[in-house]
Amino acid sequence: MTTNTVAEGVDLMRQYRVGQGILAAGADLKALRGASFSLRSGRTLAVVGESGCGKSTLARLVTLIERPTSGRLLLDGVDATAASGAVLKSLRRTVQIVFQDPYGSLNPRRKVGAILEEPLAINTRLSRADRAAAARDMMARVGLRPEHYDRYPHMFSGGQRQRIAIARALMLRPKLVVLDEPVSALDVSIQAQVLNLLVDLQEEYDLAYLFISHDLSVVRHFADEVMVMYLGRAVEQGPRDAIFDAPQHPYTRALLSSTPVADPTRRGEKIKLTGELPSPIAPPPGCAFNPRCRYANDRCRIEQPELDLSAGRLVACHAVAEGRLEAQGI
Amino acid sequence: MTEASQIPARAAPPHPLREFWEYFSENKGAVVGLAVIVLIALLALSADLVAPHPPNEQYRDALLRPPFWQDGGSLLYPLGTDAVGRDMLSRIIHGARYSLMIGAIVVTLSLAAGVWLGLIAAFFRGSIESVIMRAMDVMLALPSLLLAIVVVAILGPSLVNAMLAIAIVYLPHFVRLTRASAISELSRDYVTASRVAGAGLLRLMLITVLPNCMAPLVVQGTLAFSSAILDAAALGFLGLGAQPPTPEWGTLLAEAREFVLRAWWVVTFPGLAILITVLAFNLMGDGLRDALDPKLKR
Repeated sequence: MTTNTVAEGVDLMRQYRVGQGILAAGADLKALRGASFSLRSGRTLAVVGESGCGKSTLARLVTLIERPTSGRLLLDGVDATAASGAVLKSLRRTVQIVFQDPYGSLNPRRKVGAILEEPLAINTRLSRADRAAAARDMMARVGLRPEHYDRYPHMFSGGQRQRIAIARALMLRPKLVVLDEPVSALDVSIQAQVLNLLVDLQEEYDLAYLFISHDLSVVRHFADEVMVMYLGRAVEQGPRDAIFDAPQHPYTRALLSSTPVADPTRRGEKIKLTGELPSPIAPPPGCAFNPRCRYANDRCRIEQPELDLSAGRLVACHAVAEGRLEAQGI
Repeated sequence: MTEASQIPARAAPPHPLREFWEYFSENKGAVVGLAVIVLIALLALSADLVAPHPPNEQYRDALLRPPFWQDGGSLLYPLGTDAVGRDMLSRIIHGARYSLMIGAIVVTLSLAAGVWLGLIAAFFRGSIESVIMRAMDVMLALPSLLLAIVVVAILGPSLVNAMLAIAIVYLPHFVRLTRASAISELSRDYVTASRVAGAGLLRLMLITVLPNCMAPLVVQGTLAFSSAILDAAALGFLGLGAQPPTPEWGTLLAEAREFVLRAWWVVTFPGLAILITVLAFNLMGDGLRDALDPKLKR
């Protein structure tokens, strides 16, 4: 398997102007405050974190729906932040997306065949017959029956719709697919089927996945690498096993301890996080996690920690760097 | 449900038009409405052949004759005659031409312009949206008939100008409807998916978003069709629309108002013609909406 880098983000930032009106001056909502990652073909990078941490903003940047306020995004070796016109159009073909809600992501007025053929109609010069053949071929690969071609999306169950959405994402043979919580709206039994399908397709097409999720048990089975985000920044980033077996950042520890474990003997102490996610309009000075962190000291409230190598992964935490966590016996 | 419809015999999917008719014909009221509209349209087209008399021919020996079933009526003038001896039936049949034309032209103009303005407002937001929507608010703030009168006063009284004026009066409804449903559709993931697939602005507007906004527009369109006929009649009544002796239905009503108490038929039959046409369009609009909504399809 070739392992060339398909996507690389360098210090991606995205701000939104909010509350601007005739009377209000408006403020900057910092949805993403610097995220870097590198993704090779055939690999899966999982992005986890609670609502409002910037996961979906990252997805919108990577899929070129929005442009980053600053930072660089390389897709297939080409700088997507500087691209325009024909280059941008060809870059769009390398990255596609599967959305969370399979009920909203398919146009209710168009038949499955038309939905699958639209990317080809826009981006290629294939004839109508060739497009139909490609759509039917892809339908077979994702486990849809040929007679589904002429049906409307509302005739399908959630799992089948998500198969349609996956098929649409693969029609242009992308190198990177952003999976924005692709199974969280599905029944547990269907989740496994769709995840298995995604794994099979990844092997078949050598796809890179950017897997956005808050379901850590799914991430544990699915991801190669994990990026834990908090308020627009990565707090811990590294190989799956390193992070799941020995989480370092206090936030990652709290996240992992909150996932239900099926084994009663392994049930450890749950770390309860108090408070809410701070406002991304006015993030707290220093480490964004400091108001909710029980290890926070004065340095954490003033100086923002940078990602630093620690025990085989990157961690952004003064307490970890200073060894304060171990001193308190965690 | 019959057994045949439970077995998905999907070897050859039905032609889209045939499929549409299948769903449309489930609504009996809509079919009746369509039948009435087709009948009126046929009458309008063949008015010269069907009408027993020329619409403007005055029979001086038969002024204000009642319909044939009343004393003094005759089958020569089945629905009676008006104050100057013109045959009511012939005038109503010829009037169908004007009324259908007014409805069709007003709705087409208003819908076409309204959909474009609404889509532009929804897609571009910001200052373009503000300018369009505030202009529409100003138009809505004026009473519709007053606005139509102002427009006709500027352009001069004639049937064409009356139609233009009415089209302008109905514009804000279409703009607002289109913008509202387009904005709610724009936030849905399937639009984003089309964007990610590289769809251009026109494709997003016309192929992705607009078909999903059509249901309220179809209903509004049929309502506007009937209101347009009524408003054109009102303008005609005020002498600003169709000019006498044009046998436009509203003008017929206006001409007859001084005889309301003496000769009930001179107002009743044009009024019934308007009522039946308006009702037929509303019934059909209802059925159209159901047939065009894939969520109601099995």
